[in-house]
Amino acid sequence: MRVIISNSSSEPIYVQVMNQIRAAIIKGDLDEGELLPSIRGLAKDLQISVITTKRAYDELEKEGFIETVHGKGSYVAIQNRELMKEKKLKIIEEKLMDLVDESRLLGFSYEEIKEMLKILYMEVE
Amino acid sequence: MLEIKNLSKRFIYSGFEIKDISFSLKPGYIMGFIGPNGSGKSTTIKLIMNLLKKNSGEIKIFGKDHIEYEKEIKDRIGFVYDESHFYESFSIDEMKSLIAPFYSKWDDEVFYRYLEDFDLKANQVIKTLSKGMKMKFALAIALSHDADLIIMDEPTSGLDPIFRREILDVLYNIMQNENKSIFFSTHITSDLDQIADYITYIDKGKLVFSKSVEEIMDTYKLVKGGPDLLNDYKKKELLGFRESRVGFEGLTDNIENVKSVFGRELIIEKPSLEDIMYYTRGR
Repeated sequence: MRVIISNSSSEPIYVQVMNQIRAAIIKGDLDEGELLPSIRGLAKDLQISVITTKRAYDELEKEGFIETVHGKGSYVAIQNRELMKEKKLKIIEEKLMDLVDESRLLGFSYEEIKEMLKILYMEVE
Repeated sequence: MLEIKNLSKRFIYSGFEIKDISFSLKPGYIMGFIGPNGSGKSTTIKLIMNLLKKNSGEIKIFGKDHIEYEKEIKDRIGFVYDESHFYESFSIDEMKSLIAPFYSKWDDEVFYRYLEDFDLKANQVIKTLSKGMKMKFALAIALSHDADLIIMDEPTSGLDPIFRREILDVLYNIMQNENKSIFFSTHITSDLDQIADYITYIDKGKLVFSKSVEEIMDTYKLVKGGPDLLNDYKKKELLGFRESRVGFEGLTDNIENVKSVFGRELIIEKPSLEDIMYYTRGR
């Protein structure tokens, strides 16, 4: 597992930890049932506070990505395929929403944006 | 683990007062104790350790009254003072042999491991040690009897950044055990930004807040903008601010409100503990 904390990011540290673990689960880098580092171990590795790490794990548990067995640790939860698809969709939706806001602000039309997106998508491929 | 309720202390000659301070620390967490110089941090720690007599209030450690059960409690506390309190003419080993019998769970093996980690030699005479080395020795003493609560008064003041980082590592290792807690005062807040779970902030003998760092970072935001964005009316919306000809910077504990008053051009950032201390001072 790879987690990198940026101090210059405006995102709170617990969100940074959460996002990276969530992404690793969605992408399949972390397998279902895999044991995650302990809260205290991860806090030490990242040199952040225990309470911040705990908050990241608590939020991931609320979202259904991980499960915590008291006294044993936290595991990657068995993922529901439908739910997973929905979660992936939600991530893209959020990013597109930012794009829509920014486009309106800078005065780009839907047609212009659509064209740009098409070109960029093909280019990356 | 550590519970303080309505603690007060008044010094008759100087008139300085600790007024009605309350906070508590749970097992498994680190609390940083911050405040400007002369705000009462050392006094509070001395009251906790019963080195000064309180006027009123309650201090409980491990759920027990700190005076009634003083001996039993101190056996489980590792304490680091802000100044060296060792016999200057003793060697490290001699001093250790004097202190060790006071603790029921003293562990020589742990002590000598810390000496090695900290590059100290057992036969070095204490008066020949530098300030940093004395602090390392004090830490080695405090950490060698399996204490459940570590209390440190300004442990990192006067130390170079390299050793401050080393101390952080030592503290992280202790915190792998979820039944241990650490309480330490400091005015160098950058040490705490990383490791502390809770921050208790006092100013002029009064409690400003005692909160988890998560709560603090959710509550306080640093906002910045150009000079045109600030006027007398808007200034009232900020806890504190600093303005110049080219812009301003301020602190808020109500970001939604400030966003609606200042509008979209406002830059919002995470404050450091120093920012919070600076902009809330004297309020």
